Amino acid sequence: MVTQVDEGAVWPAQGDRPHAPAHPTNMPDNTADLEPRVRRIVTRWGHDPTALVQILREVQEEFDYLPAPALTLVARLLRIPYSRAKGVASFYSFLSDEPRGSYRVLFSDNITDRMAGSERLVDALCHRLWVEPGKVSEDGLVSVGHTSCTGMCDQGPAALVNGRAVPALTADRIEQIGDLILARTPMAEWPAELFAVTDHVRRSDILLGHSLQPGDAIRAALQRGTRGWSEHAANERSWREAYVGAAQGPIATLEEIKRSNLRGRGGAGFTTGIKWEACRHATGLARYVVCNADEGEPGTFKDRVLLTSHADLVFDGMTVAAYAIGASQGFLYLRGEYRYLLESLEATLERRRAANILGNGIAGQAGFDFDIRIHVGAGSYVCGEESALIESLEGKRGVPRNRPPYPVTNGYRQQPTIVNNVETLCAAALIAVHGGDWYRSLGTLKSSGTKILSVAGDVARPGLYEYPFGVTVRQVLDDCGATGTQAVQISGPSGVCIDATEFDRRIAFEDLSTAGAFTVFDASRDMFEVARNYAQFFAHESCGFCTPCRVGTSMLLAAMDKIHAGNGTQHELREMNRLNRVLLMSAHCGLGHTACNPILDTLKRFRPAYERKLRSLDFAPAFDLDGALDRARQMTGRDDAAAHLEPQP
Amino acid sequence: MNEPLPSFRIDGEECAFTPGQTVLQAALAAGRHIPHLCYHPEFRPHGSCKLCTVKVNGSHATSCTLPARAGLEVQSETAELNAERRMMVQLLFVEGNHFCPSCEKSGHCKLQAVAYDLGMTSPRFDHFFPDRPVDASHPELLLDFNRCILCELCVRASAEVDGKQVFALAGRGMGKHLVVNSQSGLLRDSDIAVTDKAAEVCPVGVILPKRVGFAVPVGQRRFDHRPISAQAGDFAPRTPGSRGS
Repeated sequence: MVTQVDEGAVWPAQGDRPHAPAHPTNMPDNTADLEPRVRRIVTRWGHDPTALVQILREVQEEFDYLPAPALTLVARLLRIPYSRAKGVASFYSFLSDEPRGSYRVLFSDNITDRMAGSERLVDALCHRLWVEPGKVSEDGLVSVGHTSCTGMCDQGPAALVNGRAVPALTADRIEQIGDLILARTPMAEWPAELFAVTDHVRRSDILLGHSLQPGDAIRAALQRGTRGWSEHAANERSWREAYVGAAQGPIATLEEIKRSNLRGRGGAGFTTGIKWEACRHATGLARYVVCNADEGEPGTFKDRVLLTSHADLVFDGMTVAAYAIGASQGFLYLRGEYRYLLESLEATLERRRAANILGNGIAGQAGFDFDIRIHVGAGSYVCGEESALIESLEGKRGVPRNRPPYPVTNGYRQQPTIVNNVETLCAAALIAVHGGDWYRSLGTLKSSGTKILSVAGDVARPGLYEYPFGVTVRQVLDDCGATGTQAVQISGPSGVCIDATEFDRRIAFEDLSTAGAFTVFDASRDMFEVARNYAQFFAHESCGFCTPCRVGTSMLLAAMDKIHAGNGTQHELREMNRLNRVLLMSAHCGLGHTACNPILDTLKRFRPAYERKLRSLDFAPAFDLDGALDRARQMTGRDDAAAHLEPQP
Repeated sequence: MNEPLPSFRIDGEECAFTPGQTVLQAALAAGRHIPHLCYHPEFRPHGSCKLCTVKVNGSHATSCTLPARAGLEVQSETAELNAERRMMVQLLFVEGNHFCPSCEKSGHCKLQAVAYDLGMTSPRFDHFFPDRPVDASHPELLLDFNRCILCELCVRASAEVDGKQVFALAGRGMGKHLVVNSQSGLLRDSDIAVTDKAAEVCPVGVILPKRVGFAVPVGQRRFDHRPISAQAGDFAPRTPGSRGS
């Protein structure tokens, strides 16, 4: 589903179209044998309604969209109302119940993509393919649109073609893609180098530089504590003693995690040991470990690299967590943008099962059963919020739950669940091996260990930089080759934007807390446009549950667009301040609370960037009489002076 | 002798509560008004309209979903909170198409009543003017989506009371909208009955019975003479089935 349409673009009259067929044909129909193909997918997921998101995603992969008969059949086979299937399908931006063409190109629309020239490339591709952004070509061949940051900020501009990541776009590559599409070359035959994604690890520390083998962390956890389960089985004298002994390994591991003072790397910074302990002590029928790889914050891409090159460490961390809390089922929630990693991740899981570090009786420990299922997201930033993520895992719309209760007591299927960031679980694996004291010796007093930063924007060497906590912003800027830096957006749009007077501040929970994004802007950048891009992001990603965020984020965007169009006044700045207060005060979740940060921060630090766009008067009407003629100009292909009410600048 | 009920303080006064109640439920049961729209006395609190946001021990919270606890210090009737609430009502007004003078629900409408009560005199923001076609397909019920505030009460009523799931939500963000559970998307093809709870629960004028328009003349309607804030007791929690509000 494409949501951003560039209304302002002027398109040549349709008659000029070079590749237009004489008569527009209908959409290509690939819905033959629909019923058995849908049945096959639903059967593979065991007719499980909680797998609805996965089923819909696979149905869409099968037919390029969700045909109404397929949606009906899915609902019938799962015994759920048709409207529920439709409600879920329409929530996720990668799912569409309308044909979007055989080729669907979605340009990543993060500010870093725009800084790297994505807008020109969108225009170039649209002209090449003779299609308007946001629309499907007449022959049903292709659509071109925008999507939120795809996590390729170090190698942008990037796009997704039929869900597949294509980074490092250039004019040449765009031409090549245009040719491939016009020649109707199947995606499988596209040159592999188009899809080549690079790790760009620029600075390694304990995590990115680890030398652990798959399963090392699990074996270390099992050996921790006085006696393991298997030893006990051999010489136990009573069931009671055996039970106590059995708990020692997990509790010893939990103690090390607590001793390490590890805090969540997803942004909130909750102490991991406390979360795990609360889950372990919660009563329930089962416990679950969820790895949050829904890395949606614009500007961050560290989890992509960890899952590409350190997947075993991630799975080791999940398995250690399962051991510590007593879980037998885990989920990796992989964001839809990283769908291309699915096959290699499944292969890693398979290797681990064969090596007995996943499955039943892990590492020879009778009773230590744990397996991992991968859930692929379908385009929703809110699902990075842990309770929304769980809703999505359960096959629902990704709307954050009312809390309390929290997931540690009422999570997946209302059972005790821990949701941890990819990087947190990697750190947990390291702690399982080297101990909590070792980990705590790194970083600062309140922020132990290291943090991976996703550095992008106006820098010579974008990529991943791992530092012990406490590093200054200035140090990072020096290391990545940033010059003439005006501002740094720390932790993405939901984080904080700082200017040059604050570059001696430190990356740490007690100062600049971050989930990892580190986006650099040099003096040539218009910080108003940065904030406007972020306002678009939040309006696009709001789940729509609560009034302030649903309407407020769109209202903020409307005000920013009005200023952008040259019609803004002090009135807009005042209204934005009021809207921000309402969002901060009453939004349902973190998205709404932080949606105003980019505007508040840039207004505070870069107010001139706003003010030079304002009209001098106090109020200007939102209705633009001349602008209302845009559509007429577009239809007639005219843009001369007589086609305007006011003289053009 | 019975133990006295525990209590918290709201705007400086003690408010007793039954354990299990939320702050809003306890306040309404005590006859104390906190503005709200998505809450209904017969349903589990939902927490989406955010109008009932209060200040609790210094930070903001949604009072309909916040469990009441002894000793809480709640602020609700403050100029600051009411200004924020007024703004949220204004956001709801510009999000949909609300033309009170021609609406059958005028005078019975909670959105309108809350807006009057909060002193809203203009919509303040630019209207979105969304395109929301009316569904008049059903012989007995009219669906006017223009007035929908997405409180989900009809969704909940149909699922929880009627056991039917006639309504659901689709889309997200500003694209979120109410849909009907039928292949055609039309109410005619759903299994709704005019006697369903879902047909009666709408706080605004989306779901209306046909051919009974203006049975109560304007001027004699529920909120025409008594502001909604003076009717708090009517919204005290009760079990489904005991109609009244």
